[in-house]
Amino acid sequence: MNSALQGYAGRLEALAQSHGLDYYPVQFEEVPSSFMMEIAVYGLPVRMPHWSFGVRYIYQLVQHRMGHSRLFEVVFPGNPGRAYLAGNNSLQENTLVTAHVLGHADFAKNNSLFKRSQEQVGYRIVEQAAAHARQIGAAVEQYGQLRVEQVLDAALSLEAHIDSGQLLRRDRYPQYVEAPRPVQESGFQKRFENLPGSAEVVDAPLERSRAPIPPGPERDLLWLIAEYAPELEEWERDIFRAVREESFYFHPVFACQIMNEGWASYWHARLLREADFLPQNEYLDALKTHSDVVRPHAAEQQASLATNPYHLGFSIWESIVKEHGLTRAFQIRAEDDDFSFVRNHLTEDLAEELKLFRYERSADGGVKVLDHDIDALRETVLAPKYNFGAPAVLAKHIANDGSLTLVHEHDTDGRGLDLDRAERVLDYLHKVWRRPIKLETIDSAGQPRTVSRAA
Amino acid sequence: MAGSSGFVDPSGSGRQWYDLFSRGARDWLRHNDKVRAAVRDKLPELIAGSELLPSADRTVQVPVRFLEHARLRLRDAEQSEGVGQGAGKPGDQLVQPSDGATSKGAGGNEEGGYQFILELKIDDIVDWLWEELKLPNLKVKSGAVQYDDYTREGWSRRGVRSRLDRRRSLKEAIKRRAVQDEGAAFTNDDLRYRQLAMRRRPATEAVVYFAMDVSSSMTENDRKLAKTFFFWVVQGLRRQYTHLEAVFVAHTVEAWEFAETEFFQVSGSGGTVASTAFKKVLDIAMDRYDPGRFNTYVFYASDGANFHNDREAAQAALMELGSLANYVGYVETASMAQQPLQSETALLFEHLEAATHAAGRHALSSPESVWDAIRAFFSKGAEVEV
Repeated sequence: MNSALQGYAGRLEALAQSHGLDYYPVQFEEVPSSFMMEIAVYGLPVRMPHWSFGVRYIYQLVQHRMGHSRLFEVVFPGNPGRAYLAGNNSLQENTLVTAHVLGHADFAKNNSLFKRSQEQVGYRIVEQAAAHARQIGAAVEQYGQLRVEQVLDAALSLEAHIDSGQLLRRDRYPQYVEAPRPVQESGFQKRFENLPGSAEVVDAPLERSRAPIPPGPERDLLWLIAEYAPELEEWERDIFRAVREESFYFHPVFACQIMNEGWASYWHARLLREADFLPQNEYLDALKTHSDVVRPHAAEQQASLATNPYHLGFSIWESIVKEHGLTRAFQIRAEDDDFSFVRNHLTEDLAEELKLFRYERSADGGVKVLDHDIDALRETVLAPKYNFGAPAVLAKHIANDGSLTLVHEHDTDGRGLDLDRAERVLDYLHKVWRRPIKLETIDSAGQPRTVSRAA
Repeated sequence: MAGSSGFVDPSGSGRQWYDLFSRGARDWLRHNDKVRAAVRDKLPELIAGSELLPSADRTVQVPVRFLEHARLRLRDAEQSEGVGQGAGKPGDQLVQPSDGATSKGAGGNEEGGYQFILELKIDDIVDWLWEELKLPNLKVKSGAVQYDDYTREGWSRRGVRSRLDRRRSLKEAIKRRAVQDEGAAFTNDDLRYRQLAMRRRPATEAVVYFAMDVSSSMTENDRKLAKTFFFWVVQGLRRQYTHLEAVFVAHTVEAWEFAETEFFQVSGSGGTVASTAFKKVLDIAMDRYDPGRFNTYVFYASDGANFHNDREAAQAALMELGSLANYVGYVETASMAQQPLQSETALLFEHLEAATHAAGRHALSSPESVWDAIRAFFSKGAEVEV
């Protein structure tokens, strides 16, 4: 590690702490860019093996070769946090990246969603994920690639189907429900029951009866399968639990992406600006990296059909600090997620300044600008973020014969499922559920459609 | 408040674990195995496809798509909305609609772009296809030559590297280390090499005649089916049997013998007189491959439209052939015919079968049926009868 960078890093940390950034210690590690690429593909430094990661890896490799993507750093929250820096970063880039990492580390320690998820995964997701990888490697040794893959195909296809409102370690459903209380006796009720011919009704209410499973619609499909699949072996359930734990870690990263990237960008910009110990030319080089990363996708005169979350988040944070001061900003980073952040703080003025517009792409490929309506803009930015980015598919019922009914809430999602993929996911699920299974949704004509697999 | 953060110095401890292997590459290889397996399962349908014509280096290239790990997701919307950034007034058309038919629709094509070419070795394909297939009714011919051949027999402490038996060597190492306190992982004495020994084996010599009708009634498609059938049969037999003679005959109103390479290029015109081919095969058999010494196989491909006035001559020649041959197979390229195996030629073979000669018929109506035909002919009577 470059000693100049070590020196800068120490002084950047002191500067960050003087502004009130509060974080667990971070371990920095320089790694080869090939390894950075794998972290980006897997989402974690060491993660369970699955062929689908291989496909993503090749896409990433192709994009990398074509120069489309460059990764400077990846940070994992935890205590300690872990930051991986690409080995081919220049000193200037690494200076910026160090400041950026401190912003992420502060966010991860203080944001309520992150806090909640970190408490549940024990502040050590990197180690946990590596343990899962080992556990699954051992399962491959013992039960064979095909059997393990069959479980992972199903579990990973449901990766987004957790209920982040529930705890990671959840109790099973109650086994019995109390019988409903008898209706309160009223004069009328009594006379009604004593009408001629109804005397033989003997009320011997069951004290309690077996509770339906699930008692209400269940969002956490990974949990439901891990706990209630009729024929899974224990090691197979453990794989579902491992995937679910990692999903609990990924959830806040997904739910706070705009805020989190914006916050880290805000802080690297600010810390560098105030780092008077940096030589002028190094500051300028670092600044150039900043403007490469945090910039709108559109060049000067053109329009881009996407927004850069770094740029969007960065701009919103700048305006918050300007309007409401740093204390309020710290409070927002602790309490908000992307939904409240964008709805409350992407103001009409800011949207205009950023030249945001809403567009519509029709089936013929044509793209038309719709409007600048601020409410619609916010909702369109947030639309892909609902429900961990997945359709709302809930488990409704497990029958006595073990057959499972899944229901897609097409009303909330606005349209039906992609049936081809639903069929294939059901194939995966059927191999682990091993009893009849069906999924209700609607087709393109809006008619009810059930995809099912018999026993 | 923050504790001390720090840099981990990777250079201090030598190579890092992540240099040792790439997990991305490992999972990519697993993906490729799955693709290969999928291709393998579909090979019967693929082997006759036009994209599967073998190239000079004995490989075939199959274009395949990446496998997609399916997730639940919403149907593509008719219209999708997004937020863009930059100059744009309401009503501006940023992208012109394309000509409709070729459009992929809104969204949903994020990972569909790449294809890759899977290169399969012909030898591998043949291995897969011919795993359980054998020449039917193969016999050890009396008075046949005995062949000297290498067989594997025992192990030696010396040998060339390619014959190193890792498993056996490892066993030796484990045995040695069990009695040593601090033994080295491997020593030269642990290494075991497979030994080959020259042994005399009874020969099962075989000759296979491939006869094809190339008259004008055979359409381009018919010829392609017939040649595909012959190609994979030749490849398979060559792989399975080291001592195998193959003879190629094509006929219209007369018959010629061809070299293998020419045979797959040959095309002709004129009428169909099947007896010429059968007689040609008989001549060659008498001349060069004595059926008393050689297991004799005949495979004949035709569209079934033989001249009526050739019926008796063809039947007689075929019966004679049947009495000499271990097996006679007939494939009818019925890509155009309404009723496969009801033709003039099929009738000849029906009589041959009725005369209790080992014979079989199969229709070649589509590329997929090439494989069915191969399986039908080569999965029966695999044992060597002495």
